[in-house]
Amino acid sequence: MIRGKVHKYGSNVDTDVIIPARYLNTTDPAELAAHCMEDIDADFVKNVRQGDIIVAEDNFGCGSSREHAPISIKAAGISCVIANTFARIFYRNSLNVGLPILECPEAVAGTAKGDELEIDLVSGTIFNLTTGKAYQARPFPPFMRELIDLGGLVNYAKARLQNASS
Amino acid sequence: MGQTITQKILAAHCGKEVVEPGELINAKLDFVLGNDITAPIAIREFEKIGAKTVFDKDRVALVPDHSTPNKDIKSAELVKIMREFARKHNITYFFEIGKMGVEHTLLPDEGLVGPGDVVIGADSHTCTYGALGAFSTGVGSTDLACAMALGETWFKVPEQIKLVYYGKTPKWVCGKDLILHTIGLIGVDGALYCSMEFTGEAIADLDMAGRFTMCNMAIEAGGKNGIIAPDDKTMEYVKGRTVRPYKVYQSDPDAVYKQVIEIDVSKLEPIVSFPHLPENTKPISEATHVRIDQAVIGSCTNGRIEDLRIAAKILNGRKVHPDVRLIVIPATQEIYLQSIKEGLTEIFVEAGGAVSTPTCGPCLGGHMGVLAEGERSVATTNRNFVGRMGHTKSEVYLASPAVAAASAVLGRLGSPEELDH
Repeated sequence: MIRGKVHKYGSNVDTDVIIPARYLNTTDPAELAAHCMEDIDADFVKNVRQGDIIVAEDNFGCGSSREHAPISIKAAGISCVIANTFARIFYRNSLNVGLPILECPEAVAGTAKGDELEIDLVSGTIFNLTTGKAYQARPFPPFMRELIDLGGLVNYAKARLQNASS
Repeated sequence: MGQTITQKILAAHCGKEVVEPGELINAKLDFVLGNDITAPIAIREFEKIGAKTVFDKDRVALVPDHSTPNKDIKSAELVKIMREFARKHNITYFFEIGKMGVEHTLLPDEGLVGPGDVVIGADSHTCTYGALGAFSTGVGSTDLACAMALGETWFKVPEQIKLVYYGKTPKWVCGKDLILHTIGLIGVDGALYCSMEFTGEAIADLDMAGRFTMCNMAIEAGGKNGIIAPDDKTMEYVKGRTVRPYKVYQSDPDAVYKQVIEIDVSKLEPIVSFPHLPENTKPISEATHVRIDQAVIGSCTNGRIEDLRIAAKILNGRKVHPDVRLIVIPATQEIYLQSIKEGLTEIFVEAGGAVSTPTCGPCLGGHMGVLAEGERSVATTNRNFVGRMGHTKSEVYLASPAVAAASAVLGRLGSPEELDH
């Protein structure tokens, strides 16, 4: 179960504002986290607490394929991102690095900055503890749960290689 | 029921006759690539998988193009990781400085991608190769790591959008204008998760350079891939160039599309995308009040020889405006050399422009043309997000090489037509 406070953003939050290219000369998650969301919300890093949740509108994560974006969000302490829609490369990258993300326009509409949410990833239920309202996101399909259960794509590939050689 | 070119290519790569939108497939990959920003993470993840080596040393490209020639010590360390990995695994296509180019121009020019291929690259503009009638799409580093190990990856078969461009293309309107206009029309998420198939008279009239530009920017509409079915021009480009056997696919007449969008190109003007989204498009006639500090001609979108020829035609015998820095970046070493041979480089330098060795540099605000607070650049690049080319209070205006060159002379956004008399 995930529980945390909401940081809310609008549409088309792009990967350049999530982690600007001037910091792409490192791959260190902690260093990337120190600059997460810097160009859209300079106070984000100061305000974020472990377990917090990002809620945004349309097309979150549009732009470049830099995996540094979900890595920095995860390393900053964010436990889940909820949006109306995600850009597709960001969507793949998030799951591949083990950052849970959910598409749920109803929850986005019913959530304000600072609200506290509780999320059950197995059922896809999002409960807004501040307003008392519950929302239902589509749970992950079985193949994706398997990938997540194995700890992401790397372990999934590792298992595939081991099966092939045994 | 008919299939689109994208469906046919994906079906052929997962051993099926037919694939449907929404279906999850595991597809064989013909080629994979990474650059100096994304490959180091992929290499780290690759080591964790425990694979002995890559699935095929001739089907992996590592291109250090983003922060190269190394802009700082940290970037140098990242390129070193790539170089050492390439040596260790005997990777055929590692492109060292002096031989490298901007990846999405370099790979097709080197014949490493061809019609009918399935290609993934850890760079969002990997969709460029759709211009050859290939399925190609951007992924992240972890996807690249697993692809390097397995030679396959999973996809959700995208829904199909067909774009039909009809009418005669006016003078000074090029592939860049067609794709910017399209993004303005449907928005930066107008093709989210979808395949964009570019068709029609105006696409048939486009040269390969213009087609690469259009497919390159499919991602800026949220598209999974952009694709143009091969024709005689494609075959002429591919002939004697492509290193592996290839296969040509065409969409069936009764293929099913989620949406068909028809665009009359005959009334179009050159287009400019205003900050801070590619969808903020205006015709050039409504943009002439915007003064500029810099003009960048280059990138995976518009750094080809055809782009440089157009820019040189406009700059020939003219001078860059005293308030403007012009930066020209040929996308590959071959284009760089060709530009010298044709006298284009001389024209750029005579005009007062700076000509750089190939790099992505300024496109992502890395180096070679970073903007200060309050500065504005017209650029033939692909993104104008907040802070994309430098300071968060700087601005990028996306345009064609013709508009960028004309604007460099005028000191403000403007059309080459303004210089005609």
